[in-house]
Amino acid sequence: MWQWLYKLGSPKWFYELGERMLPWLWGITLFLLAVGVVWGLGYAPPDYQMGDNYRIIYLHVPSAGLMKGCFYMMALCSAAVLIWKVKMADIVAKAIAPIGAMATLLMLASGSLWGIPTWGTWWIWDARLTSSLLQFFIYMGIIVLRSAFDSQDSAARACAVLTLVGVVNIPIIEYSVEWWNTLHQGASSLGMRDASANPPEIWIPAFFTGFGFIGLFFIGLILRSQNEILFRERRTQWVKEIIKREASHA
Amino acid sequence: MPDFQFESFADFLGMGGYAIYVWPVYIFFILFVVITVVPPMLGRKKLLRQLRARLARQDVEAGDDSEGNI
Repeated sequence: MWQWLYKLGSPKWFYELGERMLPWLWGITLFLLAVGVVWGLGYAPPDYQMGDNYRIIYLHVPSAGLMKGCFYMMALCSAAVLIWKVKMADIVAKAIAPIGAMATLLMLASGSLWGIPTWGTWWIWDARLTSSLLQFFIYMGIIVLRSAFDSQDSAARACAVLTLVGVVNIPIIEYSVEWWNTLHQGASSLGMRDASANPPEIWIPAFFTGFGFIGLFFIGLILRSQNEILFRERRTQWVKEIIKREASHA
Repeated sequence: MPDFQFESFADFLGMGGYAIYVWPVYIFFILFVVITVVPPMLGRKKLLRQLRARLARQDVEAGDDSEGNI
């Protein structure tokens, strides 16, 4: 386990692992997303109150999960940057930020569109929505902060600190629906045949889209990290070999 | 396998009257997928091109040096 973590800290090893994983990830992810979207849009039964509008939830919930998961992972990487100065952790944190920001945007947009017919408004300044919007600005802040530095090390440290400060907002988003009286409802319970819970016909497509989003996240993470590795390690022999090899393909 | 929930394709597109809310979300989703994967893939191509040019330049410079040394 520790040895594996140690290897993951090596840019060359990370790059090569990515190369090996990408074809599988692509296949699994496209399959999960296609099944989830088709099932969610066409085959899941309409909700008895929301009709077909609830089909938005199949994308809203996974994008919210990604917003949260991305940031927790960035926070872990940031800790590794600050405590152990792991170069690879900074590369991964940098790669995740735009994915998390886009996921947050998708969550906000899908929630607003769902809210128009359901709540009668596309926006309200309740605790859940406000803290989610704040999260988008935190993501953007981290991205902009990184671009403001010339020195890679200073940028890495500053972004890590801002990420660790920003991570307190994630549990606030998570528990906002319980701590405050929000228009946004709490999480629905899932059940097999319990009358008050959503039946499997409703939630199974969400599992497909949910795991599909996770797969998509890893594809984006690997692609962006690999680019960053190639750039940062451009003076090493193994990257020069890749450059020459790719040149013969082109 | 569950049944298809709509009478016809037009009915499916209509989304029970919620088409203007449901479809834009799924279009945003497709954009999200594209934005997650396409820019880094194009970025890789561009980066490799730049690094290749850099490497070629260095090789030329190294070649000049060695000639100068002789």
